[in-house]
Amino acid sequence: MQSETQFAGFGGQGILLMGKILAHAAMEEGFEVAWVPSYGPEMRGGTAYCTVVIGDRPIGSPIIRNPKYLVAMNLPSLEKFAPTVKPGGAILINTSLIPVDVEREDVTTIKVPAVDIAKEVGNVRAANIVALAAFVAKTGLVPLERIRSCVEEEFSAKPQLIPLNMKALQRGEAAVAERETA
Amino acid sequence: MGKVLMKGNEAIGEAAIRAGCLNYFAYPITPQSEVAEYLSRRLPEVGGVFLQGESEVAVSYMIFGAAAAGERVFTTSSSPGISLMSEGISYIAGAQCPAVFVNIMRGGPGLGGILPSQADYLQATKSIGHGDFRLLVMAPAGVQEAVEMMMRAFPLAEKYRNPVMILGDGLIGQMMEPVEFRDDLRIEPTNKDEWATNGMDTRGDNRRNLVKSLYLDPDELNNHNLRLKEKYERMKREEVRYEAYRTETDYRVLIVSYGTMSRVCRTAIDLLAEEGLPVAMIRPQTLFPFPEDAVREAAAGKSCRAVASIEMSMGQMLEDVERSVQGKRPVRWYGKCGGDVPTPEEVIAFVRSLID
Repeated sequence: MQSETQFAGFGGQGILLMGKILAHAAMEEGFEVAWVPSYGPEMRGGTAYCTVVIGDRPIGSPIIRNPKYLVAMNLPSLEKFAPTVKPGGAILINTSLIPVDVEREDVTTIKVPAVDIAKEVGNVRAANIVALAAFVAKTGLVPLERIRSCVEEEFSAKPQLIPLNMKALQRGEAAVAERETA
Repeated sequence: MGKVLMKGNEAIGEAAIRAGCLNYFAYPITPQSEVAEYLSRRLPEVGGVFLQGESEVAVSYMIFGAAAAGERVFTTSSSPGISLMSEGISYIAGAQCPAVFVNIMRGGPGLGGILPSQADYLQATKSIGHGDFRLLVMAPAGVQEAVEMMMRAFPLAEKYRNPVMILGDGLIGQMMEPVEFRDDLRIEPTNKDEWATNGMDTRGDNRRNLVKSLYLDPDELNNHNLRLKEKYERMKREEVRYEAYRTETDYRVLIVSYGTMSRVCRTAIDLLAEEGLPVAMIRPQTLFPFPEDAVREAAAGKSCRAVASIEMSMGQMLEDVERSVQGKRPVRWYGKCGGDVPTPEEVIAFVRSLID
């Protein structure tokens, strides 16, 4: 068993952190993990992406051209990476910033207005945590409880941000639950 | 302590501290600047010394100074920076001082690029500087292995009184993987009183220790070179390390690959096995000394039709593979430079082309 998730958006959206939290949670669940950033001559406001590979045996190639999952936080990321997702995979789109649909029949689409929800809970910068919660709730890659404890650990040096992020997690999880019952 | 998720560059810095090295001098360069960033914060916490040199050349002599004084010391850099350090490395090898150098390789030549590469294989294993000397070179294929090699590097440098190099690529530095720092890998420093300029007061004797690489008398220099040669021969006898993968099968192709590239090859080998084509791999963990015997024996396997040296360079390790196989099987090269790591699919296509 192996899954690959690509997180993509623009610099400043906390893309690398989303991946790190998922990788950390999967490690704590006993999986083998690798977190691979895009690194290059990047600049603030440019594109940012990373890939998290989760497996039940040592991870071979850490470089993934065709991930099972894509979390697209902005339109350029969706346009660039949607065609690379494996058939049968899933794409989460941040509908707050992506006004179009995924034009693929062979993947599942998860729609989450991550930025709007983050604004409602009090800080637009929590959009990454909203999307991560929705993604994990939908895919079941790791228990959400584990994501929660990893978010707490990640923000342990800035404890004042923890309640906000906990709210973001709840709302992200609820966003996909509502969609399922609708 | 359990596993922690760490970036390769940070884990390399932490591993050095866990190995008991509290001296780090460096000059920043992508893709390994996080080592300096991490240690600039971490070393003062543990009473160590972090110093950014004015250039890589200066850094190499700071390393020489600390090593000559008997301190555990290391630096990290990337390809162009390592070239600048090569003069100091030659002096350190000539003066027989232990030190650890980490090269997180990027593409070249010249400034090249900043993405992962294995283009410094020949430099590291054959002749990193002027004169007749070798480094002991280890090549990790992941963050955990980088940590373990770092911890082994210091005692090995002391065992041979010779510089040791960890040769990683940009991905090893940038990737995050779970790591565990094993206390049992920590080996206390050897007593260096016999040769180090650590001060007569420290040693409590009246002998003057002299650290030098200058031998003007031809016989003396020849004898010095013979002593160095004996060390490199001993490394070949005692320090060869490699991993054999699926060599118990009736493999038709033997891959030789190291570092990040070997992980891509492992995925390719697993996929080929599912397709019914058995392929094996020897993954050198030491590049000098090179696992010649292991490669030769595996290449001689009854079902083996060809040997492939797969590397992120234009065929550098290929020379060692050919030397090891001794013409008993055809040896072919496959690789890419520039930072675009070959995919498992590309490796599979190449391997298939060898037997069709």
